[in-house]
Amino acid sequence: MKARIRKIVTFVEETKTEMGRTIDPPTRRAAAVAVIENPYAGKFAEDLSELMIIGEELGELLTLRAVAALGIPATSVESYGKAAAVGENGEIEHAAAILHPKLGTPVRRVLGKGAALIPSSKKRGGIGVALDIPLGHKDAAFVRSHFDGMEVRINDAPRANEIVVAVAVTDSGRPLARVGGLTKDQIKGEDGLR
Amino acid sequence: MPEVQVRKKFTAVEEIFHEGGPVSLVPLRRASALAVIHNPFAGIYVEEIAGFMDDLKPLGLEMARSLVAALGGDSRVIEGYGKGAIVGAAGEIEHGALWHVPGGYAMREILGDAKAIVSSTKKVGGPGTRLDVPITHINASYVRSHFDAMEVGTADAPRADEILLALVMTTGPRIHARVGGLKASEIKGEDGLR
Repeated sequence: MKARIRKIVTFVEETKTEMGRTIDPPTRRAAAVAVIENPYAGKFAEDLSELMIIGEELGELLTLRAVAALGIPATSVESYGKAAAVGENGEIEHAAAILHPKLGTPVRRVLGKGAALIPSSKKRGGIGVALDIPLGHKDAAFVRSHFDGMEVRINDAPRANEIVVAVAVTDSGRPLARVGGLTKDQIKGEDGLR
Repeated sequence: MPEVQVRKKFTAVEEIFHEGGPVSLVPLRRASALAVIHNPFAGIYVEEIAGFMDDLKPLGLEMARSLVAALGGDSRVIEGYGKGAIVGAAGEIEHGALWHVPGGYAMREILGDAKAIVSSTKKVGGPGTRLDVPITHINASYVRSHFDAMEVGTADAPRADEILLALVMTTGPRIHARVGGLKASEIKGEDGLR
């Protein structure tokens, strides 16, 4: 593996009630987050291909970890998202190199499907910075009940020469979704949008 | 006493390979389990609250079991533990103290014969407040390699009328522990201290 990983953290959230209403079954989501060394920290590099390969490795590893943490079959995942935070000696383009060229393919391979764009966010930040991972339905980006976000943070990362990379998956949309729009039972699943 | 109402549960598992030094053959694993519950005493002063400790025991056991499961399912690998609570703004610090007995009892029950006092901390805070939960060796409080802490928290809790309860377990010493003191191999195991 090209990625030099310092630590991996998984988070699982389960919501059982909201505003006094029981959520049955509870909504559940998980994020797997890796803290890696940034091979390009502190210097400008034109070619960022090493980070693209790292993105491909982490796409598989983190999706497997997140699905395992959720404890459901990979094919039951409903929505997903990804995010990266680059430590202060890196540039935002390093997050882009990890997230965009190659990370998505192994995510979809693990999940079996995933016609929709994987929503993403990125930032540069100091140690302990919070990442808000955007979430969207994996087969149809317009499913309104599944637009959501999951905050994750690791108190000791990213150090200046590190990058935090996260993949999140869910078994559901928001707890009490009721603002209309396309619903998951209306998905055609042809173009990744509807 | 009132029924325990859980709004959400949150689990985090860290797998630490190194922190700039030699990569450990066996990664250190640390896990936290959080439960966000309704505070039945929020907003008013209630003299008799101690009975709620018994009501919290089943939840404590469930959280302790979930930590062992998150760390692989074998309670014999657990070497460190800690507990904590964050009381929402409409509660008082004394409500956090309700967690001492059920939180500690639960982990001892699950870990068999753990002898050391479960180190703890608590505070009053708003949603997103972080808590540094202290960790010590489960059989001897003075084992220096196992003094540690795990930061816990979640973005949307505790609300004013909630309490966030935390339990933490670890599988070993700090990843590069090397400051001397009592070693785990030197534990006498008589008084929970040495």
